[in-house]
Amino acid sequence: MFVLSINGNDTQVDVPDDMPLLWVLRDVLGLNGTKFGCGMAQCGACTVHLDGRAVRSCVLPVTGAVGKKITTIEGIGATDIGKRVQQAWLGIEVAQCGYCQTGQIMSATALLAEKAQPTDADIDAAMSGNLCRCGTYARIRAAIKQAATGQISLPQTVA
Amino acid sequence: MMLRVDPARDDLGLQNPSRRELLKQGGLVVAFMWLGGASRVWGFADGARLDANHPQFAPNAFIRVGSDGGVQLVMPCIEMGQGAYTGQATLLAEELDVGLDQITVEHAPPNRKLYANPLLGDQATGGSTTIRFCWTTLRDAGAAARAVLVAAAAQRWKVDPSQCSTSRGVVTHAATGRSLRYGELADAAAMLTPPAKVTLKDPSSFQLIGKPLRRVDTPGKVDGSLPFGIDIRVPGMKVATVRACPTFGGTLASVDDTRARAVPGVLKVVKLANAVAVIAEHFWAARKGLEALYVEWHRGPAGDYTTEQLFKDMADASEHGTPILGREAGHVDGAEGKLISATYRLPLLAHATMEPINATVHVRPDGCDIWVGTQVPARCVDVAMKVTGLPAERIQVHNQYMGGGFGRRLFEDSVEQAVAIARQVDYPVKVIWTREEDIAQDRYRPAYYDRISATIDEQGHLQAWTDRTTGASVMAVFAPQAMGKNGLDSDLVECAAELPYAVPNLRVDWVRHEMPKGFPVGWWRGVGPTHNVFVVESFIDELAHAVGKDPVAYRREILGADPRVKGVLELAVEKSGWDKASPGARQGRGIALAAPFGSYLCVVTDVEVSPQGEVRLRRAVAVVDCGMVVNPNTVEAQIQGGLVFGWSAALYSGITLKQGAVEQRNFNDYRVLRLNQTPPIEVYVVPSKEAPGGIGETGTVMAMPSLANAIFAATGVRLRTLPIDASALAQDKQSLQSPVASASAAGAVSPGILA
Amino acid sequence: MKIWRIVGVVVGVVVLAGVLFTAYALITVTHGGNEQAQQPAAAGDPADLPAQMARGEYLARAADCAACHTTPGGRPFAGGVAFKLPFGTIYSSNITPDKETGIGDWSDDDFVRALHAGVDKEGRPLYPAFPYTSYTALSRDDIVAIKAYLFSLPAVHQAPPPNELSFPYNQRWALGLWSAVFLKKERFQPESGKSEAWNRGAYLATALGHCGECHTPRNVAFAMDESRAFAGSELQGWKAYNITSDKEHGIGDWSEQDLVDYFSKGHAAGRGTASGPMSEVVGYSLQYLTPSDLTALVTYLRDVKPQRGGEPVPPAPVAAQVAAAGGLGEQLFVGACAGCHLDSGQGRQTDYAMLVGLRSVRDPRATNLTQIIINGSSLHVGGQEVFMPSFGDAYSDAEIAALSNYVTSHFGGQQGTLSADDVARRR
Ligand code: FES
Ligand code: FES
Repeated sequence: MFVLSINGNDTQVDVPDDMPLLWVLRDVLGLNGTKFGCGMAQCGACTVHLDGRAVRSCVLPVTGAVGKKITTIEGIGATDIGKRVQQAWLGIEVAQCGYCQTGQIMSATALLAEKAQPTDADIDAAMSGNLCRCGTYARIRAAIKQAATGQISLPQTVA
Repeated sequence: MMLRVDPARDDLGLQNPSRRELLKQGGLVVAFMWLGGASRVWGFADGARLDANHPQFAPNAFIRVGSDGGVQLVMPCIEMGQGAYTGQATLLAEELDVGLDQITVEHAPPNRKLYANPLLGDQATGGSTTIRFCWTTLRDAGAAARAVLVAAAAQRWKVDPSQCSTSRGVVTHAATGRSLRYGELADAAAMLTPPAKVTLKDPSSFQLIGKPLRRVDTPGKVDGSLPFGIDIRVPGMKVATVRACPTFGGTLASVDDTRARAVPGVLKVVKLANAVAVIAEHFWAARKGLEALYVEWHRGPAGDYTTEQLFKDMADASEHGTPILGREAGHVDGAEGKLISATYRLPLLAHATMEPINATVHVRPDGCDIWVGTQVPARCVDVAMKVTGLPAERIQVHNQYMGGGFGRRLFEDSVEQAVAIARQVDYPVKVIWTREEDIAQDRYRPAYYDRISATIDEQGHLQAWTDRTTGASVMAVFAPQAMGKNGLDSDLVECAAELPYAVPNLRVDWVRHEMPKGFPVGWWRGVGPTHNVFVVESFIDELAHAVGKDPVAYRREILGADPRVKGVLELAVEKSGWDKASPGARQGRGIALAAPFGSYLCVVTDVEVSPQGEVRLRRAVAVVDCGMVVNPNTVEAQIQGGLVFGWSAALYSGITLKQGAVEQRNFNDYRVLRLNQTPPIEVYVVPSKEAPGGIGETGTVMAMPSLANAIFAATGVRLRTLPIDASALAQDKQSLQSPVASASAAGAVSPGILA
Repeated sequence: MKIWRIVGVVVGVVVLAGVLFTAYALITVTHGGNEQAQQPAAAGDPADLPAQMARGEYLARAADCAACHTTPGGRPFAGGVAFKLPFGTIYSSNITPDKETGIGDWSDDDFVRALHAGVDKEGRPLYPAFPYTSYTALSRDDIVAIKAYLFSLPAVHQAPPPNELSFPYNQRWALGLWSAVFLKKERFQPESGKSEAWNRGAYLATALGHCGECHTPRNVAFAMDESRAFAGSELQGWKAYNITSDKEHGIGDWSEQDLVDYFSKGHAAGRGTASGPMSEVVGYSLQYLTPSDLTALVTYLRDVKPQRGGEPVPPAPVAAQVAAAGGLGEQLFVGACAGCHLDSGQGRQTDYAMLVGLRSVRDPRATNLTQIIINGSSLHVGGQEVFMPSFGDAYSDAEIAALSNYVTSHFGGQQGTLSADDVARRR
C-alpha cells in the first residue's frame, strides 16, 4: 500500500512495488491524460512532474514517487505556468492527433518553471526527449515562446 | 458490398473525367472511380431520417439540430490528427450558417450506406481524400438543412423564404425584425422534406471556409481530457497485452504459463492460432506476465526470410518478371540521344503511430461492443462478425480519437485479434500492444526496387522515359476488386505515370513481386507518391547534373504545360532564395516538384552534412497549391508534419528482416526525428479558385526527394537507397578517423520560431 | 653433415618431448586433482543464509552459473548463451537435468570432475570460457550441493546451437595441452595469518565468484596472469576494471559502503552502475550474497595487493570543467538520453541514471560507455529491472562517437577522442 500525492491530493494505491507510475495513474486511478508511447523513456508521452521536475513515468517505479509531489496533466492547469502553457498551445493550435501533447505540455511547463525566458537551445534541451509523430515541433517551439513572453505569435506563414 | 460512385456526378466536379484527370486525384481514388457503376454519394438522401420517432431535426446523416438548439455534426471521415473534423465541420457549418463554436462533433457509427467514402469504396479515411470528397457533399448537406430551417421559419411567419437570412444559427426576417433560433425551428423543420436541389454559397461570401479557424478538437487535447482509444475504461474491464509469432505466417506451438500465472494481477493466458495474450488487472501485470511466458513458435515457411533475400528477389523479378503496363505514350524504343539509367531501392516501413495499437472489446452471447480508433469502422464490424458469428446489427463499433493513423488504422487486424481474445472471457478486455509489438507486427509499407531511365538530347530534354517499379501491391490486399483489368494496382504508378514534365515517349510499368505469404503490407502516409516522387525527382536531379544544369533551371526547361506546376516552382524559387546566396561548404539545397493527390507542391530543403556524414536539416520552404483552402491553419500544420514524417523516414526508417522476423523494436532503433533536428519550415499557399486537392500526405511525399537532392548538392553523393547511410556521406576516410566532438559546424541555423 | 645430425637430434627431441607431453596431457586431462581434500572452513554456505534458500541454490548463485547458462528470457540453466571470442562463437551448455540435452545422466563424480578438471562427462576438454580454472578450487561438497540444486529444477529439453570456431580452435584435444600447462588442479587453501572473513572473501572472489576470470589480465596463451591478479582486463569489448586496492587505478578509494552498495544494488553513488557483463554478475549473483558474505568479499578485496594497470581513473570533474560542448553529441544526448539521465547528468528518476563522476564516463577511451550505448544494459536487481535501451542499430558510428565524446567531456571532464572508426571497430 502506497500513499501518493497526486495533484495535491493524497491517494492510496495497492500495487506492486515495481509498477511504473504511468500504469498506476492510468490503469489504477483512471488519470488517462498521461500517455503510454514506448515504455522506455524514449518518447516522453508519459511525462509527469515529480516535485516540479519532468520525469518519464513509464520507467519510474511507484516506490520512486512515494513522498514526492506528483503533478499530471490533469493538475497542471492549476499552476500559473501550466495554465499559460496550455493557453499558448490552444492559441497556436499545436496539436494534431494530440497524443503526445500532454507530455509535451508537461515538459514545456517544467522548462518554463526553471527558465522563464528559455533560449532556442534551452527549448532544444528540454523538449527533444518528447517525440511527436505528427511533427508539430515548429509549433511547440512557437507555443513555448508565446507562453514565455506572453506575446501572441501566429502560426501562419501562409502567403 | 462496396459503394461505388457514378463518375458522371457533377457535384464531385468530376464530370466525365478523363483518365488523366482522374490520375491527378490519386491512384487510390482512380482505382475506385474506374470501377464505375451506379452509386450514390455519402448516403446524402438516405439519411433523411436517422430515426423516424426522434424529435430532433435530422435532415441527413450529418446534421442533427436538437430542440435545445444544440447542433451536432456527424463526421463521416475520422480524426487522426489531420484536422479532418475541423475541415468537415467547417464545410457543414459554412452552408448551415452556424459558428464552429456552436457545434459539437461526433464520430459516425459504422454504416457503409450512410457514410462510405465513395472514392475509397468503403467507410474509410485515407488517401488524402477527406476534403476533396466532402467539398460538395457536406456543403450540400449543410445548405439543404439550412433551406429547410429557413422554410420552417418562413412558414411560421408566413413570409417568403427568400426574404429570410441566416447567421450563427438564427433565421431572421429583416423586414419585420423577427428571428428564431434553429433549435426553436427543429421540430417544425423535421416535418418538411429537404429540397432536391440547393444553391451553394459563392466562395466570395464564405464566412468560415478559408479562415484559419481553431480546431474543434484542441481543448481536450491540451488538458488531457480527450479520450483516445487507449483511454477507454468500461465497467469490469481488464487489460491484456499480446505477442504474435515474430515470423509472418508462423503459428503458436506451445506455451508454458506457469511463471506468468504466478505474477500478481494476471488473470488468464489466452492462446490464439498465431499469438498468445495475457489478461490481467492492469497493463503492467499483463506485460510482466507476457514476459514470464515461455513460448515456442512454428516459424512458418518464411521463418528464415531476410531483407537481403527480398531485394535480391526483387532485382531478379525486375529483370525477368512480367511487367504490367501502367502507362505508355509514344515509342520509347526509337528515341535518339544519350541513355541514362539508375536503380533505386526503398525499404519496408513501419508506421509507429504515437498511440500504440489497441482495442477494447466486450463479447457477450447476444452482442459485441468494440471501442477503437479506426480508419475503417465498417470493416471492424465485418471481422467481429467473422470471429463471433454474431450478425452485424449486434455489433457496435464506438469509434475513438486516434493518436495518429498514417495508414496503420486502415487495417483491422488488431481488432480481429482483440475480438478473438475477448471472446474467450466474459468481461470486457482492453488489448494494448507494447511498442515492440507495434513495430514487430505492423502492416508494412512494401519495399520497392525501381529501374528508371531517360534518353536525353544535348540540352538534356527528355526524349524517352522508362520507369519500372517492382514491389508488392497493397491494393490487392485492401480492395482486390479495385485492381485494374490488366492486373494493375494504380497506386504503384501514381506520380510515375503522369509527370509534371514534357515527355513525348514514355513507358511506366510494374512487376508485381509479393512478399512471402502471411507477410502483412499496408498503406503508409503518402502511399504510391511517397515512393514514386522520390525516384522521379531524384532522377530528374541526376539528369540535370548529367547535363551540367542547375536543378531549377533544368526543371524550368523541361516543364509540361500545367501552369499550376510552374506556379509552385517559381514561388518556391523566390521564397527559398534559390537564385541568390549560394550555400556554404558541405551545405546544399534540394528541390522537389510534384502534383500528388490533386495538389501541386514544390519543396526546397536545405541541409548541411558534417565531415563524418551526419545530416543536419537547416531550413525548408514548401509551396503548395491545393486549390481552394478550407483551413490554412490545417494546411500549414499538415505540410509541416508531413515533411517531418518524410524526413524522419528518409534519414532513419527501414524495417529489416532477419530469420523471418523484424529486427527493429522501439524508438531506440526505429528512430524518429526530434525537435532539435527539425528546421524552421515555411509554408506558402498559392491562392486558387480550383476545387480542393489533398493535403495530409503531400508533405511526406516531398520530403524524401528534396532531402536526397539537398544531400547531393552538399556532398556529391547520390542516394539511391533509403534510409540514408550516413557513412556513405563522409567527406573522406580521414574524417572518420578524427574525433567526433561536435559535428555540427558553427553557423548552422538553429531552428527558430516561425516567421 | 654433422650439423644435420644435430638438427635431426634436436628436432627428434622436441618432437618426442611434444609427444610425451601430449600423451601426459591427454592422460591427465581428466584427472581432477586431489578429490579427497577436506572442505575448508571458508567453503560452504554462510551462517546467515536465510532458511528458505537451499544451500545449493545459494552456492549456485554465488558461483553465478545463471549468467552463462541462461539466455535473456530463456529457461533457467538451459544454456545457449553465445560467447563471442576473438576466434569464433561458442555456446554455453544446458545444465538442467534433461538426460538428452542437459546433464541429467551425469553422476556427482562427473560433475565434480567437470568443475575441477574442465572436462565433460566423456572426458573431453571444455573450453576455458567455462571458468574451471577458478572452479577447480571449489570444495567437492559445494560442487555436489550445486548439482543437487540444479537437479531439483525442471529438466529443459533444449540443445544449444553448435559452436562456430575456426581451425585450430575447434580442435578440442588441443585444450588438453592448454589445461595441462595452465590448470592447477588445487583446492582452495585458507591463508593462516588472515581472518575468517578474509578467507571466506577469498573463497568467494577466487573460487565461487571467479572474479579473476574477467578482472585478471590474461597472458598470450589466454591464461590468467596471476602475478597481476585483479589488475583489470578487457573482454568481449568491455573493460573489466582494475579491482585491486590501488587508489588511482583500482577501487582503493571506494568506501566499504560504496562496495556493498555496488554488490547488492548494482550502483554506488558517484562511482558506477553495474552494466554489461557486470550487471549480470550483480543480477544473478552478488545481490543475493548474505550480509556476512558481503562483508567477507569486501574485506578480501580491500586487501588485494594494489596494482597499477589499466588506465588511472581521472578525478571526478569539478563543475567548471563541465563545458557545454554543443554540437551533434549534445543534440543526440538531449534527444535520446536526457529522458533518463537529465541534461545535467544527475539522473532524472533514479540514481542508477546518474552519470556525473562515474568511472565509465571518466574513461577518455570510453570503452564501456560505447558498449552500453551500442548494446544497452539491463540490470535485474531487487525485483526490478533497471535498463537502458540499445542504440547501436539505429545510430551511426559518427553519432555514437559524438555522443560518447560529449558524455565523457560533459560529465567526465575528459577530452573524448573517439572517432567514427573507433566505434566501428567496437561493434
Ligand atoms: S512512454 Fe514513457 S517515455 Fe515513452
Ligand atoms: S500531435 Fe500526434 S504525436 Fe504529436
